[in-house]
Amino acid sequence: MRAPSLLLLALLSAAGCRRERRSFSEPSPLQARVERAEPLPSGEPLSHFLDNAWAVSEGARLFGWYNCAGCHSLGGGGGMGPPLRDGAWRYGGAPADVHRSIVEGRPNGMPAFGPRIPDYQTWQLVAYVLSLSGRLRLDVEPGRPEAIAIGKPPVMVSKKLPSAEPLPEAP
Amino acid sequence: MTSTVATESTPDSRSEDARLERELTDTWRLCRGFAGWFCETNHTVIARRMLVTAFVFFALGGVEALLMRLELARPDNHFIGPDRYDQLFTVHGSTMMFLFAVPVMQAMGIYLVPLMVGARTVAFPRLNAYAYYTYLIGGVFLYVSLFTDTGPDTGWFSYVPLSGPQFSPGKRVDVWSQVVTFTELSALSTAANLIVTTLKLRAPGMALNRMPLFVWAELVTSFMVIFAMPAVMLATMCLALDRLVGTHFFNSAVGGDPLLWQHLFWFFGHPEVYIIFLPALGMVSSIVVTFSRRPVVGYLPMVLSLVATAFLGFGLWVHHMFATGLAELGQGFFTAASIMIAIPSGVQIFCWIATLWSGRLVLATPLWFVFGFVAIFVVGGLSGVMVASVPIDLQVHDTFFVVAHLHYVLIGGAVFPLLGGIHYWFPKLTGRMLDERLGKAGFVLTFTGFNLTFFPMHLLGLHGMPRRIYTYRAATGFGPLNLLATVGAFVLLAGLLVVLTNVVRALLSGRDAGPDPWQSDTLEWSVASPPAPYVYEHLPCVAGRYPLWEGIRDCVVEGMDPRQRQVLVTAALDAAPDHVYVLPGPSIWPLLSAVATGVTFITMIFTPWAVPLGLALGTVCLVGWFWPRPPHEPLLAEQP
Amino acid sequence: MTGALDPASTQALAISILWWVFFWTGLFVFAAVLVALVVACVRGRRRARREGSAAEAVPERSLEQRRERAVLAATVLSVVILIGLLVASIVGGRYIYGNPSPPLPVKVIAHQWWWEIQYPGPRSSDLVVTANELHLPAGRTAELELQAADVIHSLWIPNLQGKRDLIPGHTTRLSILPERVGRYDGHCAEFCGLEHARMELPVFVESPERFSAWLTAQRRPAPAPSTPEAERGARIFTKGPCAMCHTVTGTDAAASVGPDLTHVASRAWLAAGALPNSPRNLRAWLSDPQRLKPGSQMPPTGLSESELDDVVHYLGSLR
Repeated sequence: MRAPSLLLLALLSAAGCRRERRSFSEPSPLQARVERAEPLPSGEPLSHFLDNAWAVSEGARLFGWYNCAGCHSLGGGGGMGPPLRDGAWRYGGAPADVHRSIVEGRPNGMPAFGPRIPDYQTWQLVAYVLSLSGRLRLDVEPGRPEAIAIGKPPVMVSKKLPSAEPLPEAP
Repeated sequence: MTSTVATESTPDSRSEDARLERELTDTWRLCRGFAGWFCETNHTVIARRMLVTAFVFFALGGVEALLMRLELARPDNHFIGPDRYDQLFTVHGSTMMFLFAVPVMQAMGIYLVPLMVGARTVAFPRLNAYAYYTYLIGGVFLYVSLFTDTGPDTGWFSYVPLSGPQFSPGKRVDVWSQVVTFTELSALSTAANLIVTTLKLRAPGMALNRMPLFVWAELVTSFMVIFAMPAVMLATMCLALDRLVGTHFFNSAVGGDPLLWQHLFWFFGHPEVYIIFLPALGMVSSIVVTFSRRPVVGYLPMVLSLVATAFLGFGLWVHHMFATGLAELGQGFFTAASIMIAIPSGVQIFCWIATLWSGRLVLATPLWFVFGFVAIFVVGGLSGVMVASVPIDLQVHDTFFVVAHLHYVLIGGAVFPLLGGIHYWFPKLTGRMLDERLGKAGFVLTFTGFNLTFFPMHLLGLHGMPRRIYTYRAATGFGPLNLLATVGAFVLLAGLLVVLTNVVRALLSGRDAGPDPWQSDTLEWSVASPPAPYVYEHLPCVAGRYPLWEGIRDCVVEGMDPRQRQVLVTAALDAAPDHVYVLPGPSIWPLLSAVATGVTFITMIFTPWAVPLGLALGTVCLVGWFWPRPPHEPLLAEQP
Repeated sequence: MTGALDPASTQALAISILWWVFFWTGLFVFAAVLVALVVACVRGRRRARREGSAAEAVPERSLEQRRERAVLAATVLSVVILIGLLVASIVGGRYIYGNPSPPLPVKVIAHQWWWEIQYPGPRSSDLVVTANELHLPAGRTAELELQAADVIHSLWIPNLQGKRDLIPGHTTRLSILPERVGRYDGHCAEFCGLEHARMELPVFVESPERFSAWLTAQRRPAPAPSTPEAERGARIFTKGPCAMCHTVTGTDAAASVGPDLTHVASRAWLAAGALPNSPRNLRAWLSDPQRLKPGSQMPPTGLSESELDDVVHYLGSLR
């Protein structure tokens, strides 16, 4: 009786911690990566961001603050830049690909934010961008913003879209 | 129809009594065994569990308070940090308000009201068990969340938009809003139960104007619960919808309004204070009457004060919102209402003093707690008059002055009477006497510790220390008074530990209490301590306000069938016997229904599928709950 | 310690007078109740010793009426006192809105967790945008227009005026007529999230001359960097991470989500009262703001040691 309930509690705490932890700075697994050229992390360090509600919501804030919304529009509906909520990716939709797009920039107008945004904030942005097409756990997705809903109303998106293969580049 | 007859003990009737006792014991037998623990619906058992649960939450809330005091003891302290600190003060406030104060007062009511009005049990024993389990599940849910880093962190009144979807990511605030829903559901169930018990199950002859003041207090409180709690359930439901479904109740950008939250919340939040504190006034009345050895001076003004408090209590919520800049005229109205609510409280204090003045005092521990209550509560009431004034409130609102004020009102006005009540009714609850010396030592320590902790906070607030800050700069000069408050908190802890020691010692080796150790006046002291499951062998009948002092123990109700769980239903006003009602026995369904409620509320945070799931589970549970009883347990007693 | 009982403005003075009226009345009531309680206790005890402690179920009617009349008298007295306090409160309340013209308009916008302050001028180019420091001239009513950018905040300067909430979607107002020159502490008083504790607003009440000199200085754009270090710092500032959030007028840095830094070196405090403004503190703040103000929306900049030196140099030149 006691052992299963303890186990349950431990499981709960693991799940709760990952979703709810609020790290206000570069988390330690990433801190060692001084050089940005180092291979991008995968697995555990990424779950700091992708499975964490705080990181996603920080990403949402930065999306407005760093003017990503200027081209991709609030909520990622697309404008001057491509939409981010339709699950179609020109340069790959894996977390590492999105991260590279932000850091290094892409042709046709996406600037390189590498020197201007701390790496952990880039990952927060990645988490938010992935949440826009419904690719994160349901319980870390951001709620509605406290502002006027601009752009098209949200539409259902399929989660089965290819994520890794890049689409042919736009002419 | 059953009849009320005065009888006299004769040798013949003694063997009759023995048979009656045997049959009653058999009918009302408590459940046994592991499974029986979950089926029990006896009100004394459920109330005792509720009391113990509430005190466990009180201890947890106290630990959180001590951690906060440690953080604030020194300037620029980095003991806890903002993230944890926010969770601590939110969970502390929510625990004390929702998981301790309201349930503990209702538990006292559930235990004592049937005894005091001469009933065998509460009107709806199964609903009572359901209310307890819902409350327990809600409380455990809050603490599991706290320990998994999901503790709510936006304060016990969780103002939007801070608690809205954008500024509170994750599930922390959802947990809070569901815990509130849980506890309000439980409080509403218990309130309905207490109202019906009070109005319909009183002993014959106990007309409304003969009800003990404690019963009056619980009755008035229960009506307040029924009017206040729906407001906060509505508010938390809207918050949950905003957060989970993306509605815009509180989003000012599309026509919602963050002030709507504040109105809804405080329309509940201010009456909540009186919901906590009216039962405590009832306890004070019981204690004062018993230990002054005379009836209370001014029974009618006391009752009218309780009722007036209940009405006025709903008319002053806006004084929590003076700083939002509402219209001046409206503020004047709410100032007047807030100041005027001091009058009924004043009337009661004057009545108690007049009672003590003309009584033959027995200075037992419960009365000491009442003295402490008067001293502290008057300070809290006067600082309450200050915060009712708009200009003064604009200075002290949301500062440590208000922290001091609310603790003077809630600890002074509710916890001290409650501790007095625990010392007073402990013999009834357990059959053991508490030690008087330890009791008085406990009082002195809690009283000193309380004032050391909270009095300096008045000054801190006036000097400029806002509420809910996790640290402050050394240059502000808040350090010494904060250190004093922290020291005081540990003195208070010592006092409460002495009280706890006293309780534990009494449980292990306390003196046997007997039915009426204080030679008191109300009916609960006419039965064994602790009472048998059926409480009254013969239901009593009553001819005055102080039945045990007026010497009418020999008038009893006869003719009820001891082989069924029968209760006597009487008229609401004059308590004339009306009919006999048979209550259902123990059942597992209240627990299962509470679990179904819990599963629904908790999964609702994560998926909308919880709604159909909850509907299905709820239907199953209700069918089980109301499944017709076998024919050998007829619904209505046969008429003699 | 300073605070609400050390008033430096007309409004705070009115409130503190009202406070003392309530305080002395309250003290009188408290003393009266306590004396009555002690006397009751002594009398009741004496009576118990004399007559034993048997319960008296039916007290004598005439005596009982006397006691009820005493309760009634006490009630009437408290009603009179409360009505007196109500009138005092309403009369005192008239003074906290007083608004002789022409007021000095100031706009205060609260952010998580800092204050944006704007002084509109006669022309739109005269607008002064500053942060985390409120300057007011003595002897002239300031009309504060209050707005919130994110959640509910509350502006409280105990020496000058009671508090007023800043609520998203609402505009609230607060008038202050400062009378005494000095430096006063302001603070956010409504819980607004992680760094509510470190959301302070130092307030400087200055003589009208000093105030207008300060305002004139604030209207000028930022001085151009004059040393090589400052020049390097300016380049890092405008091309690097800083310009993602901050403005320095007259440069390429024109983002408006963080505090305006055009004249940051003229301010006494950094990060909304978190630490005094000195080159050392500034450097510590830039290298790891999350250690000093955990949860603050300023990220660690990731600049190297020498880059930090240059930026500190540059910001130190922005007087």
